[in-house]
Amino acid sequence: MNKTKLPEPTSNGFLNNPQNRAIIYQVAALLFVVFLAYYFTSNMFENVEKRGITTGFAFLDNTAGFGISQTLIEYSDATSSYYDVFIVGLLNTLLVSVIGVFLASVLGLLIGVGRLSQNYLISKLSMVYIETFRNIPILLQILFWYNVVLAALPSPRQSFNYLDTLFLNNRGLLTPEPIFESNSIFILVAAVLAIIGVIFLGRWAKKRHDLTGEEFPLIKVSITILILAPTLVFFISGQPISAEYPVLKGFNFRGGLTIIPELLALIFALSIYTATYIAEAVRAGIEAVPSGQKEAAKALGLKDYVILRKVVLPQALRVIIPPVINQYLNLVKNSSLATAIGYPELVTLFSGTTLNQVGQAIEIILMTMAVYLTISIVISLVLNWVNAKMAIKGR
Amino acid sequence: MKLTKIALLVGLTALVPSLANAGTLEDVIKKGTLNCGVSTGIPGFSATDSKGVWKGLDVDLCRAVASAVLGDAEKVKYIPLTAKERFTALQSGEVDLLSRTTTWTATRDTSLGLNFAGVNYYDGQGFLVTKELGVTSAKELDGATFCIQAGTTSELNLTDYFKANNMEYKGVTYDTSGQTIDGFKKGRCDAVTSDASQLYGLRQKMDDPSSTIVLPEIISKEPLGPVVRQGDDAWFNIVKWTMFATLEAEELGVTQANVDAMMKSENPSIKRLLGTSGTAGENLGLKSDWAYKIVKNVGNYGESFDKHVGKDSPLDIDRGLNNLWNKGGLMYSMPVR
Repeated sequence: MNKTKLPEPTSNGFLNNPQNRAIIYQVAALLFVVFLAYYFTSNMFENVEKRGITTGFAFLDNTAGFGISQTLIEYSDATSSYYDVFIVGLLNTLLVSVIGVFLASVLGLLIGVGRLSQNYLISKLSMVYIETFRNIPILLQILFWYNVVLAALPSPRQSFNYLDTLFLNNRGLLTPEPIFESNSIFILVAAVLAIIGVIFLGRWAKKRHDLTGEEFPLIKVSITILILAPTLVFFISGQPISAEYPVLKGFNFRGGLTIIPELLALIFALSIYTATYIAEAVRAGIEAVPSGQKEAAKALGLKDYVILRKVVLPQALRVIIPPVINQYLNLVKNSSLATAIGYPELVTLFSGTTLNQVGQAIEIILMTMAVYLTISIVISLVLNWVNAKMAIKGR
Repeated sequence: MKLTKIALLVGLTALVPSLANAGTLEDVIKKGTLNCGVSTGIPGFSATDSKGVWKGLDVDLCRAVASAVLGDAEKVKYIPLTAKERFTALQSGEVDLLSRTTTWTATRDTSLGLNFAGVNYYDGQGFLVTKELGVTSAKELDGATFCIQAGTTSELNLTDYFKANNMEYKGVTYDTSGQTIDGFKKGRCDAVTSDASQLYGLRQKMDDPSSTIVLPEIISKEPLGPVVRQGDDAWFNIVKWTMFATLEAEELGVTQANVDAMMKSENPSIKRLLGTSGTAGENLGLKSDWAYKIVKNVGNYGESFDKHVGKDSPLDIDRGLNNLWNKGGLMYSMPVR
């Protein structure tokens, strides 16, 4: 690079120095952007003021006064504020996103692997699945599942009834609600201890594997510990968890937990749709692993699922993760389409109902956008970190 | 989707150097059309017929304003808005006039930078239920699930009413009135709650309207009227007096059919209204025949009412509160003098 030297500048003026000029251009560009931002904001506030529209975030403390069909925190129609509405909406968005991301990942992995299966039926079914659900707009799928859910289910009085504990009707899936008594803290402690124990067990098993090459039935043992420990404590501490069952009263059920049909439809649609993209990413990732790797593993006499788990997937994940990040982000953003079926997430509740009651569009839209931006950035950061962990380490 | 649209309108407020705050009248005359914000489809108030033509009581108000300002009732561009979008659309200047079954409340009038130009329909909130439910009064709806349209006063009134009567409810909120009635049809909820006038319209959208009833209780006051931007008094006056003109015409017996003959009337009130004497039109910044054009193109208030929501329409709603003041109602025009 240094061999071809730039010709000496003909004069040594400040502006003729390429480095100085580069700085000047960048500063000018920055100033321009800052000026534009300033111009737009000041202009906006001037316009808003001129029209006598109220500004500021004081409205967040006002009583909201409307009902919400699904709230994860304590919410009262009569006393909760718009700030509570914001939190309720945010949590509902996160709920759908977390469940959706989990189901889409599992489904996507299965379908993606299935797409490459030697079995003709499995591979073709996976292909049909991908091509069907990937090519239908997500909004239509949400409406489709919502209508299917509502049309297929009976009215509360004719609910599908499972042993008087589970009820399924067009108001949702009703399950008993667990009631925790004071002793139930011991169960939580047992569960936490079990998890910590399993983590240490895993480390020990890995170390032993590295040293001696012996396999330890880690998954079976872990699951046994995780189930057994809290169950034992439950009986020892005198069964401190009871359940409140849903009961048909008047024309609706009272008590118990209700999973509303909007949530079911939304999770169905989002995970089924996003899973197609994840499946394609998985397939691409697996195909990117040189076939020599698989053949070598086979030559060593490893079983098929061991090859997949220990040889193929660790290498494929490096290719899979970046596109999957995008799909997770899309899923979170697509959850805002729930406004079409009345699922009470952030956009419906906050930039919908609240915006209309309060009328302060600028503040409310900014807050909503900030939430999606934050969620997306956090997901990106976490997965980028995972990706860096997965990357081949030079040894 | 909806978020993008509202965000776009918000962005507009930031971008445009100074949105025409005053001078809506000049703008409308220059454009040659009136941008009128209406609903996405409420039978009787603003909905398209089988040929795609907008019809209804609220639409007639748009047509009346266009007649007064431009002399032609057809020069209206209808912009369908959901309940959520309506105020932002008016604030950002996308529409010149919002005529969309909007309840006049203190918050809306004082904090949104908007003005209500009057009341063109006195309404109240009611309940629509299936007969199968076996309910005859709203007081029996304890524990029921309601389908509600998001961003309406109905949501707030419902909470107040149930709290006052010590009852519980669950609400499912939808974006448009179409989705709301769809949820009700599919049995997602036990009842729909909205302005009573809309319930009669929504009932017509059921596969079998006779399988449902509107309960007798009216739980709130819902004065519906046109809205304009605050700070443009000339335009505010025009919309306000367009409404008064339609009422005054009904009170004086001036109808679409006899308005031409009425031009020769010697009644001083009629002469002032139709512009054959006085300067009412000029004072508004309009032509002297402004009210003549309104009645000629659209008809008086009573005619609009009967045609779209009253006795000549499928809704068949009683005039009730919406009758003229001298016939037991609340409709009262300030004198054109």
